[in-house]
Amino acid sequence: MPAPLTEPPTPDLDAFAAHAADMLGLTLNSAWTAAVVANLRVLREAADLVGAFPLPDEAEAAPVFTA
Amino acid sequence: MSDRPDWSRAPASTIARSVAEGSVAASDVAAAALARIARIDPQVNSFTDILSERAMARAEAVDAARGRGETLGPLAGVPFAVKNLFDVAGLPTRAGARINRERPPAARDAALIRRMEAAGACLVGALNMGEYAYDFTGENVHDGDTKNPHDLGHMSGGSSGGSGGAVAAGLVPLALASDTNGSIRVPSAFCGCFGLKPTYGRLSRAGSFPFVGSLDHLGPMARSSLDLALAYDAMQGPDPEDPACVVRPPEPTVAGLDAGIGDLRIAVAGGYFACRGHPEAFAAVDHVARALGCSRRVEIPEAARARASAYLITAAEGAALHLDRLRTRASDFDPAVRDRLIAGAMLPAPFVERAQRFRRWYRAAVLELFGEVDVILAPATPCRAPRSGQKTFLLDGVEWPVRANIGLFTQPISFIGLPVVAVPVWLDGGLPLGVQVIAAPWREAVALRVAHELERAGAVRAPVATLEPET
Repeated sequence: MPAPLTEPPTPDLDAFAAHAADMLGLTLNSAWTAAVVANLRVLREAADLVGAFPLPDEAEAAPVFTA
Repeated sequence: MSDRPDWSRAPASTIARSVAEGSVAASDVAAAALARIARIDPQVNSFTDILSERAMARAEAVDAARGRGETLGPLAGVPFAVKNLFDVAGLPTRAGARINRERPPAARDAALIRRMEAAGACLVGALNMGEYAYDFTGENVHDGDTKNPHDLGHMSGGSSGGSGGAVAAGLVPLALASDTNGSIRVPSAFCGCFGLKPTYGRLSRAGSFPFVGSLDHLGPMARSSLDLALAYDAMQGPDPEDPACVVRPPEPTVAGLDAGIGDLRIAVAGGYFACRGHPEAFAAVDHVARALGCSRRVEIPEAARARASAYLITAAEGAALHLDRLRTRASDFDPAVRDRLIAGAMLPAPFVERAQRFRRWYRAAVLELFGEVDVILAPATPCRAPRSGQKTFLLDGVEWPVRANIGLFTQPISFIGLPVVAVPVWLDGGLPLGVQVIAAPWREAVALRVAHELERAGAVRAPVATLEPET
């Protein structure tokens, strides 16, 4: 059974991007910010989709992926 | 003169046989290819580097070897070109990027170029691509876009746009390319040619500029399944210089290509692979399924999550690779690539780790499916080649960005490294479509056999585009 989802607060991705840029040593030009945030939003949706799939704790990533 | 074969557009198999027999000189073939590239490519913009001297020298060496009575390789005298992320001795490996052309020239050729030339092929140039391979369109802000040879107002597809363009325009019979999330299969579909993305780890990536190490594959594109197989066979074999390349003996495919589909269990992918596309994308799959007498459907489980996971891993690994350049040279990137990479750098680590863990689960689930079937058919793209510069498209009534979504059917497959042959389908007078012929890991031979059978039956084909020199 899928784990019940609790609705997290909607993140302020503009603020997140600004802080993350500092953390990463990146200069975030104001002209790029909207596009970066739009990409972050898509990535977060992808992460939510993947995160909603229940995986057992024993499901480890392969250290070296082999097909 | 007029009844002489046009060697500039001949298949690799014909060239190799004819050179070996002595009915044409490799140097004449190379000269014909170089002349055609000079005449035609200004319209397509598939080449970024043309290596005339090198190609002629190599071809003359092939002719000299024949003159000495030596046995020639299976690709004797075959012109080929490579996506410009392959190291070519003497050229900076640009990988579609402005930044990279400041690199020192490569000291030696990539492993696969060396293997192709060991088989007798002659490198004629390097090919345009989307910047750092983070692309499905064939657009490049630095080198100009590769145009679709079958309609110059449409995208070639990417990121191996130059590879698709050069093959479809008849400039070379073979091109090498890379596929991280669909970059061989998408331009194969849009340009109407054949493409092989082998099993992850099968072909050496040594001497190629990476994008996403855990997803990067290299492979050939061609106008026939036989030519794909010839190139693939020439390039197989372990290579300690690529940490992902497996220690596995070559498994030649050419000899078994005519074996037919026999009792292969073939099914069409339903569910995720049967929605979010234009009707003709699914009609192309039906066309191929009918030609194979296939009526079975299977469901690839959790494909949407697989695609989402590939998307996350790509963003994060790609960003990690380019982080230093993003810090110091951000304004020199293609903006569309830069903004995605910056967002990828910001991804929280647990999101990426979760995607890698899901990958393990998904791999096991899909391998179980291959206990029931041998081949799965799926669309390569959700649509025909969009118009050049098109930013969005409608899929099931919803508007989506083109650049990030052209690969929605290819990503769940490469995510676990399955071998795929993309086959070109022409349904009507419109542009071509591609169908993925997907096999279990290490079963490239099966996918190639199916592609060859489809070709024999006339269901798929890769004609040279009709292009006239610019006046």
